Amino acid sequence: MPKTQSPAIDLGPAEKILSEMKNTEPDSLIPILQKLQEAYGYLPVPVLKWVSGQTGIPTSRMHGVITFYTQFHTKPHGRHTVRICEGTACHVKGSPRISERISKELEIEPGATTKDMRFTFEIVACMGTCFLAPVMMVDEDYYGQLKPDKIKSILEKYE
Amino acid sequence: MAEVKITLDGRKVNCRSGRTILEIAGENGVDIPHLCHDDRLTPTGACRLCLVEIEGQRGLQTACTREAEDGMVIRTATKEIMSMRRATLELLISEHRLSCTTCDSDGDCLLQDYAYQYQVNENRYPFLHRKIRDFNYTSYNLAIKYDPSKCISCQRCVKICREVQGAEALTIRGRTADVIISTGLDLPLKESPCETCGQCVSTCPTGALYEYPARRLARAKDLRKVRTTCNYCGVGCQLDLNVHRRTGKIVRVTSETGVIPNDGNTCVKGRFGFDFISSEERLRVPLIKEEGIFREASWDEALSLAARRLTGLKDKYGPQALAGLSSARTTNEENFVMQKFVRAVLGTNNVDHCARLCHASTVAGLARAFGSGAMTNSIAEIGRAPVIFVIGSNTTECHPIIGINIRKAVAGDKTKLIVADPRRISLAGIADIHLRQRPGTDVALINALMNVILSEGLEDSRFIAERTEGFEEIHDSIMKNTPEFAEKITGVPAEAIRRAARVYAGAESASIIYSMGITQHTSGTDNVMALANLAMMSGNVGKEASGVNPLRGQNNVQGACDLGALPNVYSGYQKVDDPAARGKFEAAWGCALPAVPGLTVVEIMNAAAVGEIRGLYIMGENPMLSDPDINHVQKGLENLDFLLVQDIFLSETARLADIVLPACCFAEKNGTFTNTERRVQRVRKAVEPPGEALEDWRIIGNLAEKMGYSMNYRSAEEIQEEICRLTPSYAGITYPRLEKTGLQWPCPDVSHGGTQYLHKDSFARGLGKFHLVEFLPPREMPDSEYPIILTTGRMLEHWHTGTMTRKCRVLDDLVPQGALEISESDAGRLGVKSGDLLIVSSRRGKIEVKANITNRVPEGTVFMAFHFHEHPANALTIAALDPIAKIPELKVCAVKVEKSGR
Repeated sequence: MPKTQSPAIDLGPAEKILSEMKNTEPDSLIPILQKLQEAYGYLPVPVLKWVSGQTGIPTSRMHGVITFYTQFHTKPHGRHTVRICEGTACHVKGSPRISERISKELEIEPGATTKDMRFTFEIVACMGTCFLAPVMMVDEDYYGQLKPDKIKSILEKYE
Repeated sequence: MAEVKITLDGRKVNCRSGRTILEIAGENGVDIPHLCHDDRLTPTGACRLCLVEIEGQRGLQTACTREAEDGMVIRTATKEIMSMRRATLELLISEHRLSCTTCDSDGDCLLQDYAYQYQVNENRYPFLHRKIRDFNYTSYNLAIKYDPSKCISCQRCVKICREVQGAEALTIRGRTADVIISTGLDLPLKESPCETCGQCVSTCPTGALYEYPARRLARAKDLRKVRTTCNYCGVGCQLDLNVHRRTGKIVRVTSETGVIPNDGNTCVKGRFGFDFISSEERLRVPLIKEEGIFREASWDEALSLAARRLTGLKDKYGPQALAGLSSARTTNEENFVMQKFVRAVLGTNNVDHCARLCHASTVAGLARAFGSGAMTNSIAEIGRAPVIFVIGSNTTECHPIIGINIRKAVAGDKTKLIVADPRRISLAGIADIHLRQRPGTDVALINALMNVILSEGLEDSRFIAERTEGFEEIHDSIMKNTPEFAEKITGVPAEAIRRAARVYAGAESASIIYSMGITQHTSGTDNVMALANLAMMSGNVGKEASGVNPLRGQNNVQGACDLGALPNVYSGYQKVDDPAARGKFEAAWGCALPAVPGLTVVEIMNAAAVGEIRGLYIMGENPMLSDPDINHVQKGLENLDFLLVQDIFLSETARLADIVLPACCFAEKNGTFTNTERRVQRVRKAVEPPGEALEDWRIIGNLAEKMGYSMNYRSAEEIQEEICRLTPSYAGITYPRLEKTGLQWPCPDVSHGGTQYLHKDSFARGLGKFHLVEFLPPREMPDSEYPIILTTGRMLEHWHTGTMTRKCRVLDDLVPQGALEISESDAGRLGVKSGDLLIVSSRRGKIEVKANITNRVPEGTVFMAFHFHEHPANALTIAALDPIAKIPELKVCAVKVEKSGR
């Protein structure tokens, strides 16, 4: 069974966000989640439970939204985010082999974070830069027309 | 309503506007396949199977989401549509693990039906079904299981949890092909807001969601369904017991969409609370106690001995030394026979039952005010009331199906909800106004509401003038009971009282819903009469969706009262001290009947303790847990010369008996129950009783025979025929007429269709009567020695004294033991955390129970459910009685809470 309880977490930032937003309607769910993630770096489960109790927005609705959008994550994020595109163009141009190599270099599966919290590795649908296929992003930097052998040196640039 | 004319597959069809093509097609015998549609839900349009062609419109349209418009020409089965549907089904099949040979849903699966009907190619696409993962939200759950590999993502479970149950436990997790059903934050179901109602299982069109206890026990073809009435609360849900043709055991409980009153929905008890029926602990043969130990006996021996003992006591001490307790758990027929036995055979009116402990004050109060002590409106009307005022009823837990009707009405934004309850119950969370009065201060609160109505001129003067009397007598007293005065007594801010009064009185129609939070007080009858005053003053009674609605607790407490299991009336509330009524029953029963009203439940226990009652016959009741101050009850029962108990289990009370007789439970007999909305509904035999157990009516009849009085009924229906003859309000209620939906009394003759709501043009007593009621504090208030108020009640997962529900695996797993709800501040003062053991004591007893720290209760008040024999709440409660209705004050007593040394 997954552990859902984590050690005590500071609710201060969440309290501040809710008090600043005043009237929280069900429609305000996405802005709430964005602000919480900004404040905590991710969406800690105890914070979500607390916010649900305060706003009356059920955790089920939160969860539906959080798992729909790739922008939200419920686990602590690494210092850097590696995103590999697996849209049609990138797929055809060999992105699965790039993904494999990233997994091998970082020793994690897509969706996970390295133990040293250095990288979080995500697969995304399309970055709108198909002319660069296959493409990946590290934080805000694009790397296009990738070959598996280039991966190691790119990742080494990020501490 | 406007009418639209459409052409459906070449046929001209007229129909009401505002309806979908799917609905209209269904009504006209045109079969359109659909997997994501359920009549209980808003349209989804997810499964793409119900595609139809509408002339002049591009592409195909989903029939479940499109409203029919005038002039539409619709084709539902063109070649193109059929081929499209087949392709859609083939795609669905590729995501659904085909395991029909081993699936419990074989024969009860819409996907299977359509796959057959459209003769899909199972191998058109590669199998893409989701893997069965190590865990999902139903892992470790004993009630509900989810198999993602059979899920077709139709969203019905998610929508029913949200739209019908209002629990919102489920969600769609992820997106595109990775979509899966889960709870919020992937919590295990038990930790989510899930109420284990199983509505999700009921709507699942495949075998993806199923009842775990029924797993691998039967397929549709192995089962026969027996429609009956639930044996838990007073809602009277229509259930289908699914009985295995070979083993004769109940495999699962279902309900059919469209049934009255529950529309295919159930609560956790209705769906999962049936293990007790086949429990090994059921009584199978009569037991006779010899030297403190029970031994098995034959029916003949047990009944002969019982007859001898009862006759002996009657001869020696007179009929007044005998009494009978009837049961709100048993059928109408059995209650009728029990009161007939006590009156005609024992020769006394000392017959009562546990309605005394729940709604005696309702019967007394509403009879005085309106002339009839029953729910004025129907369950279906609740959702149509613009304002609902819930006071002293934890509806979502104690009457769950009515609870979901209220939630649904509020969620639809057409209904405003006012809740008055000391506890922050679930409904308080969605209420527009929550008035949190101190326990036992309801009269002050209700009078203050009326004060605002009069001060601000919100009363319905015409209604008061034309339909009521006695208004002038209460006017001055109400004017003194200002919101500020009430604030001091109730703790509710005066401004909140004003707002609530304006909302209630301002509504076109408004429904008051109350239950034991109002009735179980020494001021119970006053509370009820105050509510009646409030309703009459604002003209909110005698109309559809507008009235005063007591929610009856037990499955058949309404019927037990209706059929005369009360010390002062025969069936249909015909008074024993009215010579005409008595003469009628004497003639029918061929014997003289006593004219003096008998003793009530608590009075019988008191009389037993002092030796005035010598012999007691208890049918299907467990006063050793249900009655207030059980230490005193035990003394009374032990002091009896002879105690005869008839039950389905060896309950705490049966253990004290001299003779115990084994009875059938509801699933093993025929009869009727009357639900809280006065609807008489059929109970049907589904399974065979254990051992030699017999129907209660047959046991009573056999005992009467032994005592020389013939009550030799051959069937429950024969008893119902006698009820019809002797009871005006039930005169038109016959079994054949109850086949489909039951009938609501009054139903004076066989051509009468029953009565949806009461007091339409005039009250049962003619004019409605205002009664002057003023606030009186509860009998026992907190003091320095016992500084905290204890209030008691029920919870969703258990029932009454737990005799049945605690033997049900699912229910016992959900809540294996009781706990004392205590506020953070009180707990902080004691230095305890949730789960710590507490000692709770009152002047009458002491129990040990775990703490549940919660903001549901206010500071200075603790709450406990009374279901648990290990820590019985009624060891603490007080047997102080309402002077009119003789109902005990189970809702307020003073206790002391300490940390246990253990």
